[in-house]
Amino acid sequence: MSVPTKLQEPHLARRHRIGKAFEWACCGSTWFGVVVLGVLLLSVGWKALTWPPAKDKPANSSTPTVEVKSTSAPLSTKFFSSYDSRKPREAGILAAIWGSLWLIVLVALFSVPIGVGSAVYLEEYSNEGRLKRIIQVNLSNLAGVPSIVYALLGMTAFVKMFGFFTKDEGKLLVINLLFTTVDVPLPFDRALISGALTLTLLVLPTVIVASQEALRAVPSSIRTASYALGATQWQTIRYQVIPAAMPGIMTGVILALSRAMGEAAPLMLIGALTYVAYTPGDITNVSDIFKNPHGLLDAPFDKFTALPLQIYQWINHPRAEYAHLAAAGIMVLLTILLLMNTVAIVIRHKFQKSTRW
Amino acid sequence: MSLANVASPLTPTKAGLRLQKQFSWARAREAGVRAMLLGCASLSLLTTLAIVYMFLTEAVYSVTPDTTAFLQDVSLWDFLTDTEWSPQFADKHFGILPLLCGTFVIAGIGSLIGLPIGLAAAIYLSEYAKPKFRRMMKPVLEVLAGIPSVVYGYFALVFVTPYVLRPIFQSMLGIDVDIFNAMSAGVVLGVMIIPTVCSLSEDALRAVPRGLREAGYALGSTKYDVSLKVVVPAAFSGIVASFLLAISRAIGETMAVCIAAGQMPRLSLNPFRSMETMTAYMVSASLGDTPAGTIEYKSLYAVGFTLFLITLGMNILANWVMNRFREVYE
Repeated sequence: MSVPTKLQEPHLARRHRIGKAFEWACCGSTWFGVVVLGVLLLSVGWKALTWPPAKDKPANSSTPTVEVKSTSAPLSTKFFSSYDSRKPREAGILAAIWGSLWLIVLVALFSVPIGVGSAVYLEEYSNEGRLKRIIQVNLSNLAGVPSIVYALLGMTAFVKMFGFFTKDEGKLLVINLLFTTVDVPLPFDRALISGALTLTLLVLPTVIVASQEALRAVPSSIRTASYALGATQWQTIRYQVIPAAMPGIMTGVILALSRAMGEAAPLMLIGALTYVAYTPGDITNVSDIFKNPHGLLDAPFDKFTALPLQIYQWINHPRAEYAHLAAAGIMVLLTILLLMNTVAIVIRHKFQKSTRW
Repeated sequence: MSLANVASPLTPTKAGLRLQKQFSWARAREAGVRAMLLGCASLSLLTTLAIVYMFLTEAVYSVTPDTTAFLQDVSLWDFLTDTEWSPQFADKHFGILPLLCGTFVIAGIGSLIGLPIGLAAAIYLSEYAKPKFRRMMKPVLEVLAGIPSVVYGYFALVFVTPYVLRPIFQSMLGIDVDIFNAMSAGVVLGVMIIPTVCSLSEDALRAVPRGLREAGYALGSTKYDVSLKVVVPAAFSGIVASFLLAISRAIGETMAVCIAAGQMPRLSLNPFRSMETMTAYMVSASLGDTPAGTIEYKSLYAVGFTLFLITLGMNILANWVMNRFREVYE
């Protein structure tokens, strides 16, 4: 019997050629994302570091105007310390940075307790019943709702409060704390807190699902051991389960917050897209907090702007210089997001290694 | 003598029964904490209810007597069949078709680019790539997924249109390319959905058991045959679900599309002109500071409701496909 290699060889070679081509196509697709990311960073970075070439001077202007370049590039130290301006070379992102910072802090304050609380209820307390199933299905649907729908919800529920408080009354709720008072306008209108609450609703499903996964990863032997030592259910959760799940929860929360930080659409509909030349609570650096502690309480009810909004505003501006300012803003935003992502990855990596149950 | 001591806690004595009914602060705290956590968990239900209430009262039927909802002013038939969307003009038309057309043309271009590339990348990562390469690539894809959509919009406007689309289509093929065009929006949308498709499809592909692949090799298949004719069909439900979720994301995408495609509602299939999507209309309408109660303001909710129903439908379909057609392996 002859070995039928000769008969099969042409087919086999062709099949291997097709296979090789397919492998290369798949490999190329994988690299495609990396290449786009590189091109994006390079093109934006290049724009962030250069001003557009000066326009040709009109022929009739005989006196050569001397360009006074205050800064060498859009992305400079001055960019961080000045407000938005009608003169592009003097514009900066001071208000936007503080607005974004406030947003992130408030969103974290709202979303972490509620998100972790929901996850704890779903994973630790509720038994596999109808309520849990309904909440779970609802969560997966909420996670798929586009951000612009949350924006509408935020506009209706927080900015206008379903029209329960008519605007001309100008209702002001004065909350009396022990040593000072806080004026809370009702409805919230276009204040920082409306934006923060909207973003909270947006990220809550993500935070809850991530926390649930982290809680599920804690082995039940830890709970059983805690019960065996006489702890109540809440003590077990509070002192054993949540600390054990903390790295996973933190990773999820940071990723969710970085998503909230980049969102512009929800804030847009809230009406935050205005020219803002002050920071929330008039706090422009850390020492202001000690000089004017009441600013911390006023800040959530101030008008605000945020990094992605500022960038959008600059993109929409017809003057060429603003496109370069937008690039500089994008570089700042991307740097912050990259840092947050790195922190999340490091936390995950570190605890993946160290925890051995 | 010790036997009685051991047995007594187990037998339900009168004292034991009374102990359960007794009030204790610890038990009260447990119940309080439980109630609070239940409150947190039901907040997500409340969110859904608020969304539904908002859309019903503002878009479909108003419950308060002195206001009207969108569909009480504009008939549903006009809304669905009118071919013009011009709420800002004196001659107002509220036909959703141009916005739907813009949305689906852009999402379609995005899907044509993003779905095959995402799937191919998933196949590579799950079937071909070495573990080290995979570990390196995963964070990169995560970063790609984490880039805000404003940035993608800017990229489309300052890079894709002038340096990719115009040289190819305008210089070489002689097709006019607007500054704002649906094509550039579609291209960046395609890039944006790659991470979603890739990671979800990869999960589905990796869930296919090794035995199936080995059976394929035993029958003399090449790696290409195994990947494409065994593993992909076996993971088909997961792949379709990832496609549906990605398309639903593409439809709901706002800022990138708003920046790159412009704000010109147009009922056409030419991707090199400016188009307006549903999301972009909502942003542009909010920019003009439309006062509450006007018909433009209410149109925001009508468009939002349409978008909500479409994306919700696609998500439900994705979940259904996932559960209905999932192959369960031992």
